Amino acid sequence: MAFVLRRVGHSLVVLLGVTVVVFALVHLVPGDPVRIAMGTRYDPDVYAALREASGLDRPLLEQYVAYLGSALTGDLGVSFRSGEPVTTILLSRLPATVSLAVAGLVVALVVAFPLGVYSALHHGKASDVIVRIVSQVGVSVPDFWMAMLLILLFSSTLGWLPPSGYVPLTEDPVEWARRVAMPAVTLGLVAGSIMTRYIRSSVLEVLGADHVRTAESKGLRERVVLGRHVVRNALVPVLTIVGVQLATMLGGVIVVEVVFAWPGLGRLVLDAVAARDYPVVQGAVLLVAAMFLLVNLVVDLLYARVDPRIKVSR
Amino acid sequence: MPALSVQDLHVRIKDAQILRGVSWSVEHGQTLGIVGESGSGKSMTVLAATGLVGPPLAQVTGRAVLGAPHSSGRSSGGPDGPASATLPDGGGQDLLTLSPAGRRAVRGRRIGFVFQDPATSLNPILDVERQLTEGLEEHLGMTRRAARGRALELLEMVGIPDPERRLRAYPHELSGGMRQRVMIAIALSCDPDVLIADEATTALDVTIQAQIIDAVRDLQERLGTAVVWISHDLGVVGGLADEVVVLYGGQVVEQADVLTLFAQRSHPYTEGLFASRPRLGSAGGHLTTIPGSPPDPRSLPAGCVFYDRCTLRSDPRCATHRPELVPLAPGHLVRSFCATPVRDAPLDPEETA
Repeated sequence: MAFVLRRVGHSLVVLLGVTVVVFALVHLVPGDPVRIAMGTRYDPDVYAALREASGLDRPLLEQYVAYLGSALTGDLGVSFRSGEPVTTILLSRLPATVSLAVAGLVVALVVAFPLGVYSALHHGKASDVIVRIVSQVGVSVPDFWMAMLLILLFSSTLGWLPPSGYVPLTEDPVEWARRVAMPAVTLGLVAGSIMTRYIRSSVLEVLGADHVRTAESKGLRERVVLGRHVVRNALVPVLTIVGVQLATMLGGVIVVEVVFAWPGLGRLVLDAVAARDYPVVQGAVLLVAAMFLLVNLVVDLLYARVDPRIKVSR
Repeated sequence: MPALSVQDLHVRIKDAQILRGVSWSVEHGQTLGIVGESGSGKSMTVLAATGLVGPPLAQVTGRAVLGAPHSSGRSSGGPDGPASATLPDGGGQDLLTLSPAGRRAVRGRRIGFVFQDPATSLNPILDVERQLTEGLEEHLGMTRRAARGRALELLEMVGIPDPERRLRAYPHELSGGMRQRVMIAIALSCDPDVLIADEATTALDVTIQAQIIDAVRDLQERLGTAVVWISHDLGVVGGLADEVVVLYGGQVVEQADVLTLFAQRSHPYTEGLFASRPRLGSAGGHLTTIPGSPPDPRSLPAGCVFYDRCTLRSDPRCATHRPELVPLAPGHLVRSFCATPVRDAPLDPEETA
């Protein structure tokens, strides 16, 4: 329990650090956000009024405390472009990103887990070599190219799937699935290729471990030896890479979202940066950082659950 | 009949001849010591005999006969006598002709293993209970509950205090000696006929080493288990074994009961091992070593494999012929052209036949 509290506290400290960076962002980049927001309709009186309203004329520390205070209550400011609250904008984009990331992770795991374990168990044989080559290709293929190949095949040629667009899962699960399939496969194949390689080398390493020989010397069934003494141990280090992959996908995958017209966080950030819509950029960065920390927190807690040595060493 | 006997065991891995016709046996309740330096093939004899090493990695030929269980209470005479004359197994089973599943059923059930480093030979992420009970569930069909009760008994039996608490412990929470006691408890969990200890005390402190040896000796007396104790340390083996086999370059070079081997060691390699035992109070602090290194199993010399390191080589055949394992006295076998019978007792013609 102490470990959990310590770990959560650690995450909160990092998150606080992120707010400092995010806050500083607006004040460090060249260009006055209010001027940019006003664009060609510049008027000195309106400008001054807006600056005062947004608090930009106050001392930095005061601004930061005010920012932190409102962020804690869920108020991340108002978009310069649309005038909508940033929180509302982010929440509207979140389901698309999360559902795509989870779908991508599922594809990755479904590909990587069996292939990685199989490849390690058939180490050195032709099947292992094929898996290694395919996963190397998978790691190397650019995602936009993979996305275009999928669209060419499944939309243009076969006509099975719509080439792009998004339907919320809660509205129509079947349509959601049809639309999420290609972006999820694009993401999943890349992430899955990376994971396959990690799982393979991790399983290989454990296979040579002394405790596996002990398990064999006990006369356990091969299935038990593999499941309880090889794969279980091998997955401990793999958890980290799974967490990183998931966090990356949650952080918004700009290229895939653009290609498939997927209204997620990645595209939101891209548009917001282009328009210098700082409140939105700030909010999105904060949200992505928070999700990243959350995923890492979960991974660490899982780690401590599966590997009893962790709690002692920290 | 012996609890376990290995006959003419050959092991080949790629182009390396790891074992070249090794034979030994161990009786119920007795201890066989297998001695040799790293690479002599001492671990390989038990790993290959029990199927822990085998195809496709290694080619194994020969026989590894596991005797009838000692708990079955059969008498040595009667129907067993004539049977053993016709059947070379005498009612035992050759592990090398068994199916992999058959060998699996024997390992852990009738042969228990303790390996060198208890820090790595236990699974770091499973608690002691799980590692102790899984063999009981597998071989004896115990329920988790029954197996847990038996696990408690076993921990107590190997001298672990507060077994209730240790059952929930993970390997990293135990000391080295405690971990090795857990390994011994695992090895003995299904009341095996043979306990194989492969360098079981090598990774431990000297005091812990002595405790573990005492524990094994005590358990052996109580359970009647045959023990195969593998070590590079002739001193450790000398304190434990009834019979000693000295391996060099994948072959037995000397074999005798422990008293004979110590008093009348005849092979120069045994002599080298004997001289290089670390001893307390040895002046100067220098350890005696055997100069040179073991032969490369991929390219063995044409003559005696110990030729390069031998202090006795005097026979013209040494460089060109390989010596056979011949009796020097009843029950004392030596593989050397140059070993002299320590007692000048004439060889019993029946023994040489």
